[in-house]
Amino acid sequence: MASPSSYLPFEKEIQEKEDLLTTLENKGEGPSDEIKRVRKELTKLVQKIYTNLTAWDTVLVSRHPNRPQTLDYINLIFDEFVELHGDRAIGDDRAIRSGFARLGDYRVLLIGHQKGHTLKERNECLYGCAHPEGYRKALAKMKLAAKFRLPIVCLIDTPGAYPGIGAEERGQAQLIATNLFEMSRLRTPIICVVIGEGGSGGALGIGIGDRVSMLEHGYYSVISPEGCAGILWKTANEETKRLAAEALKLTARDLFRLRVIDDIIPEPLGGAHRDHRQMGNILKAYLLRYLR
Amino acid sequence: MTSAGRIKRGVPEGLWIRCPQCKGTIFRKEMEARLSVCPDCRHHFYLPARERIKQLLDEGSFEEWFTQLRPKDPLGFTDRVLYSQRLEAEQAKTGMPDAAVVGRGYIRGRPVVFAVTDFAFMAGSMGSVVGEKLTRGAEEATRLKLPLIIVSGSGGGARMQEGILSLMQMAKISAALARYDQAGGLYLSILTNPTMGGVAASFALQGDLTLAEPGALVGFAGKRTIWNTVRLELPDGFQTSEFLLKHGFVDRIVPRKDLRTEVARIIDYCEH
Repeated sequence: MASPSSYLPFEKEIQEKEDLLTTLENKGEGPSDEIKRVRKELTKLVQKIYTNLTAWDTVLVSRHPNRPQTLDYINLIFDEFVELHGDRAIGDDRAIRSGFARLGDYRVLLIGHQKGHTLKERNECLYGCAHPEGYRKALAKMKLAAKFRLPIVCLIDTPGAYPGIGAEERGQAQLIATNLFEMSRLRTPIICVVIGEGGSGGALGIGIGDRVSMLEHGYYSVISPEGCAGILWKTANEETKRLAAEALKLTARDLFRLRVIDDIIPEPLGGAHRDHRQMGNILKAYLLRYLR
Repeated sequence: MTSAGRIKRGVPEGLWIRCPQCKGTIFRKEMEARLSVCPDCRHHFYLPARERIKQLLDEGSFEEWFTQLRPKDPLGFTDRVLYSQRLEAEQAKTGMPDAAVVGRGYIRGRPVVFAVTDFAFMAGSMGSVVGEKLTRGAEEATRLKLPLIIVSGSGGGARMQEGILSLMQMAKISAALARYDQAGGLYLSILTNPTMGGVAASFALQGDLTLAEPGALVGFAGKRTIWNTVRLELPDGFQTSEFLLKHGFVDRIVPRKDLRTEVARIIDYCEH
């Protein structure tokens, strides 16, 4: 599934093995013993690499361009999605999507960051960096859900709330603050899942729930490793980013150990980007378990 | 977020000091006699927590709570200095165990739960101890049915050195304030220079009423973060109290000399 350009730096050996496998398969001689052997080696290799990811590697996986995003999950596992637009104040932030959705027998309100896969989409939703409008919109829809006793599912995937002049003028801090305040007391169940990046207040702004979980290779942090390195190490380079990522304790396993999250949701072998369908099924099963 | 190494801003030493706003040279004693406000341009200087208590609360009425809480280093965090060492240095410098002081006092005879963060201690950033003290303060205010007043001053917001646990203080204090709100309590938030990041994005902007001192810097992402991310220079007067008032996030801008009277007045309107 991974295209040649999308291999991560630590996946060099995987790339070589997969290239070899492709060459063998293209010979068109059918499943030979060699192919079987290489497949087995490949599985072992992916397993080995993915059980030994560093914190920085995890950050890279969480940002992988092929990693499934909110709209992918909407297509993969939700039977219906009726998008609800607008924050009733400033605009309709495309970095946060909200709407009614059906998951199996359950009706929910779905809120999720969208980062975008294509350049056009990314420009539209600013890489998942929401403005105040996004947080205001999310809360307005959540209040609506609470009124009608709909459970809420929040899919978190953002490098952080948008840092910029417009966002500050329109009260970025105020809107996140309001969401934390209101979400903590909404009279309806909320399930939050960090599906990729959990970037600081921008993530927490739709991240207060009765159940807060992370996909295995997501990260969740008070600040991005680059941001932290830039401030505390005075410069963000390859080395300080790695040090910061490690020091911040931002992986799912770290957060589970710190009892900040309730569950770690396993990913398919080699990360969610290698098998969207399987990842969807795992997430769907998880959500259904808590909706019941 | 706090960066280390540089000398902390605050009131500089010496008989004469230079006002950073009007650049005038002012006699330190005179400035202090005027509640640490520049006699010429009304620039509001940094005020230590103890001074703030003295100015705002009735004399000798403050009873400090939760004094046994001490910060730890749960992540074993190191940047250029061990966090544990940094804590010791800050404690030695300020004589405070961490950046928040919480307790009970009286404002012109009205009992309140009062909390203040001190910029001198790691830029007033919120780690677990600050979060815990404020949360307990809100819980005590709920139990005692007293108004809650928090004076925030934090250039840092959530404290990076305690990582995700700092971010979660924002959630914790928010939940406590939400319960307080539900119980009908009055929460007055007073913003002082500066109130940024995770502090602004949680308790500082969750008040029933939000007051701000003139010229205070209040916002989410700081100048440096904005520059580093999107390469934009901020215009003058950006993220000041006046800017916030214009954009609808602050109820009133109150000069330091009027703060005590104003707070007492608001309490009388709400707690009758």
